[in-house]
Amino acid sequence: MPSIVKPLIPLAPLARNDLGLTIRDYEGAMSTLCAGCGHDSITAAITHALWELSTPPHMIAKLSGIGCSSKTPTYFVRGAHGFNSAHGRMAAIATGAAAANRELTYIGVSGDGDSLSIGLGHLAHAIRRAVKMVYIIENNGVYGLTKGQLSASADVGTRPKKGETNVVAPIDPILLGLSLGATFLARSFSGDKEQLIPILKAAVAHNGLALIDVISPCVTFNDHEGSTKSYRFMREHEVKEVVADFIPEREEISARLSGGGRRSVTMHDGSVITFRSVPEGYDPTDRMAVEAYVREHQSAGEVVTGLLYLDETKPSMHQVNHTPPSALNRLTFDTVCPGSAALAELMADFR
Amino acid sequence: MEPTNVRDPNYFHRVVDCQWACPAHTDVPGYIRLIAQGRFDDAYMLNRASNVFPGVLGRTCDRPCEPACRRGRVDGDPVAICRLKRVTADLKGDIADRLPQIPQTSNGLRVALVGAGPSSLTVANDLAPLGYEITILERYDRPGGLMRSNIPNFRLPAEVLDAETGAILDRGGVSVRYNSPVTSLRAVLDEGFDAVYVGSGAPRGKELDLPGRHDEVGESHIHIGIDWLESVAFEHITAIGSRVLIIGVGNTAMDCCRTSRRLGGQDIRVMARRPREFFKASPWEIEDAEEEGVAIVVNHAPTRFVLEEGRLVGMEFDIVEWDEGARHSRVVDSVTVPCDDVILAIGQENAFPWIERDLGLEFGEWDLPVVDPVTFESTRPGVFFGGDAAFGPKNIIWAVAHGHEAAISIDRHCRGESVDERPPAGLNLVSAKMGMAEWRYHNDYNPSQRQQMAHLDLASRFRSLDLEVELGFDPDQTAREAQRCLNCDIQTGFNASLCIECDACIDICPVQCLTITRNGTEEDLRTRLSAPSENLDESLYVSGPLPQTGRVMVKDENVCVHCGLCAERCPTAAWDMVEFTLLAPRAGADVVRIPVGTAKGEDR
Repeated sequence: MPSIVKPLIPLAPLARNDLGLTIRDYEGAMSTLCAGCGHDSITAAITHALWELSTPPHMIAKLSGIGCSSKTPTYFVRGAHGFNSAHGRMAAIATGAAAANRELTYIGVSGDGDSLSIGLGHLAHAIRRAVKMVYIIENNGVYGLTKGQLSASADVGTRPKKGETNVVAPIDPILLGLSLGATFLARSFSGDKEQLIPILKAAVAHNGLALIDVISPCVTFNDHEGSTKSYRFMREHEVKEVVADFIPEREEISARLSGGGRRSVTMHDGSVITFRSVPEGYDPTDRMAVEAYVREHQSAGEVVTGLLYLDETKPSMHQVNHTPPSALNRLTFDTVCPGSAALAELMADFR
Repeated sequence: MEPTNVRDPNYFHRVVDCQWACPAHTDVPGYIRLIAQGRFDDAYMLNRASNVFPGVLGRTCDRPCEPACRRGRVDGDPVAICRLKRVTADLKGDIADRLPQIPQTSNGLRVALVGAGPSSLTVANDLAPLGYEITILERYDRPGGLMRSNIPNFRLPAEVLDAETGAILDRGGVSVRYNSPVTSLRAVLDEGFDAVYVGSGAPRGKELDLPGRHDEVGESHIHIGIDWLESVAFEHITAIGSRVLIIGVGNTAMDCCRTSRRLGGQDIRVMARRPREFFKASPWEIEDAEEEGVAIVVNHAPTRFVLEEGRLVGMEFDIVEWDEGARHSRVVDSVTVPCDDVILAIGQENAFPWIERDLGLEFGEWDLPVVDPVTFESTRPGVFFGGDAAFGPKNIIWAVAHGHEAAISIDRHCRGESVDERPPAGLNLVSAKMGMAEWRYHNDYNPSQRQQMAHLDLASRFRSLDLEVELGFDPDQTAREAQRCLNCDIQTGFNASLCIECDACIDICPVQCLTITRNGTEEDLRTRLSAPSENLDESLYVSGPLPQTGRVMVKDENVCVHCGLCAERCPTAAWDMVEFTLLAPRAGADVVRIPVGTAKGEDR
């Protein structure tokens, strides 16, 4: 842990976003993770994305479970709401919170252990329910907090720092999401903010659960020869073919949209995602084609990154359930308890 | 860009803005850290190694370091470097046994120094420990030169000056012939010295030949500033009229007006032709004068001295208006300002009536001797010039810097070596790491404001010329001010081969001074940095290609606050904080060597 708190230096005035806040206003406490942890880079990317989107800090809820990854919400947007849940239960808590207050931006941060082992059921149901949230898996393939045992995302053949080579097939969150009907699936790498920040911004704008699997090397237990989630392995095996630009609703977009090899998808709020450098014939809205593409590269030992799949047509949890348009805590008593006459009318339906 | 060569002593030296700006390259952050540790003797000795007169300069320096100070770019106010220098002198104990040893037997080489001012004393300081027999020829009965005669006691107490000249003159190897103005260089040369050094200053105050200047009968009330200050210093003048006009806006003018205030002057005005932003005086000296009730009058160009019955009664001025940039003026009015005395402080110049012109010593422009700006040698081998005598009036710290260089030349000349070959500067780099996230310096940024020095209250101040106005920093102020220093000499050292490009340093840097990007030209790289690159005077520190992607690490030295967080967050120790020590060349050593691992403030 650093000996000092990152100081506020009154140097040249820092840039301000639409709310008049600087990037420093979106930071949190000093990280106590190992020096060089990929999670800290993801923290920095989240900080950037939320600052650039001018999301008011008090309208953000940060949620997490247990693990190294789940410590990270402490390290960004100190002015936001936060909930550090029991192991694997982040998705369940987020579902409840989102049901009660649909006005907040939900940023769930979890890890491969928290989401793909103990919390896999909750993740599956949050995807199924289309909870409007950003669900980040900080994926390093090991249980760092308990000294580096291999996790459920470790590839076959990967060697831990100590112990036996892995022979059990991994769970791939992207393929899992495709099979469960997820509507926003992205993979990225903590060491590539140029790619990660636009994906995070698009995820915040998505009308449903946006699942981002971020390969985040564990410098202490999984950054060695034989690891498939090390900085070096990612730099050598990353296939960055699906690159996205996120263009918020109010920004000038004409210039960015011209040119071939690109595909644009309009989000529900009017923002646009432009896919560039897309391989020939790649359709990020064709579930089966995406699955085939990811599997094909996986068998070649490559990691495809980018915003891989997007479906803006599917309704989210609130649309499906016809919930009121505002947060439940803003409903008046009359609405929540409409009186005996309304009850009598309702009961009449069941007779 | 090519990878930065940090083995070049100039690279890290430039990052230490104060040390780079100081003509004598004083190790400022080094001594400030020693102050913070309460090691005042060590801090004083580290100072003395470069600037020889820490107590004098801690009160009187023109402070070229402070405008350069990184802290000024961070919060607007530089570290009070000069004041902290004075702290080392004020709080040091007995350092006599730490001064350079003077050998019992001489090396048989004799060097004459003309004048006992700061540059000659520096030469003596550097050469006496090598065994030279030094003879100083001094016009007055006390050493110090301009430090004695032109800086009033209320700014520089005599005992401070005595102690620091004594540390050079009273320890053997140096003899001073007092009351011996040199009237002929030939006579000095005829004494057979192995080398002669002229450090006689710029002793002639400039004249202002306006109507009435020489018309006074009887005792004159028109004075030349530096001569008048000298007469006050040697107690030939003890009073002045109640209404005094000072012509000129340099530091001498400020000393004249403040001295007048102590000799009976009541209504004192400094008359300036140009607007205030063009004043030559240090801003703090102007402030001190105004605090003492001196009026600063701008846009008044003197036209004549007004005399009645052969006695000065006033001075006539044109009131002028200036265009933008104050290049051209227009007279709009004229005014007569009544006065009892006028002091002319419009500059000073060199004068060498005592140097014969047939000695093979060439004179050039302005009838000044031709002096090599690197070796300080004149066109006559073995005769050297330095201080104000070489290139006209500058400040004490320049005289010291000249003295060190001239001493190298004199030593090489006397040993029969070429003075044009200069010993190279060296550097020492020692990791500042003490453990995990633990450093040999206090790396946290301290948001304290620059400390204000307490002054003697106005009521007591004018009682005597000898009462020092500035009272020094108290312990609390010293501690705060020392912590404002950003430790620029604790450098960020980068080892590209260890970097895994995890971005941890980039994310943690509080000033966004780091970038990992593809290489390019400097111009191109400056457009792609994390923080806008606005200060083109500061270097970019560029690594070789990084092992995983071939990109480069670029650090903009301009904004770094040396907090060490990059090194603390680096998982592979590719970044380390490294203490940089400049090994400035000195007479008698071809290369300055210090044992590996020696920290600053330890005797070498």
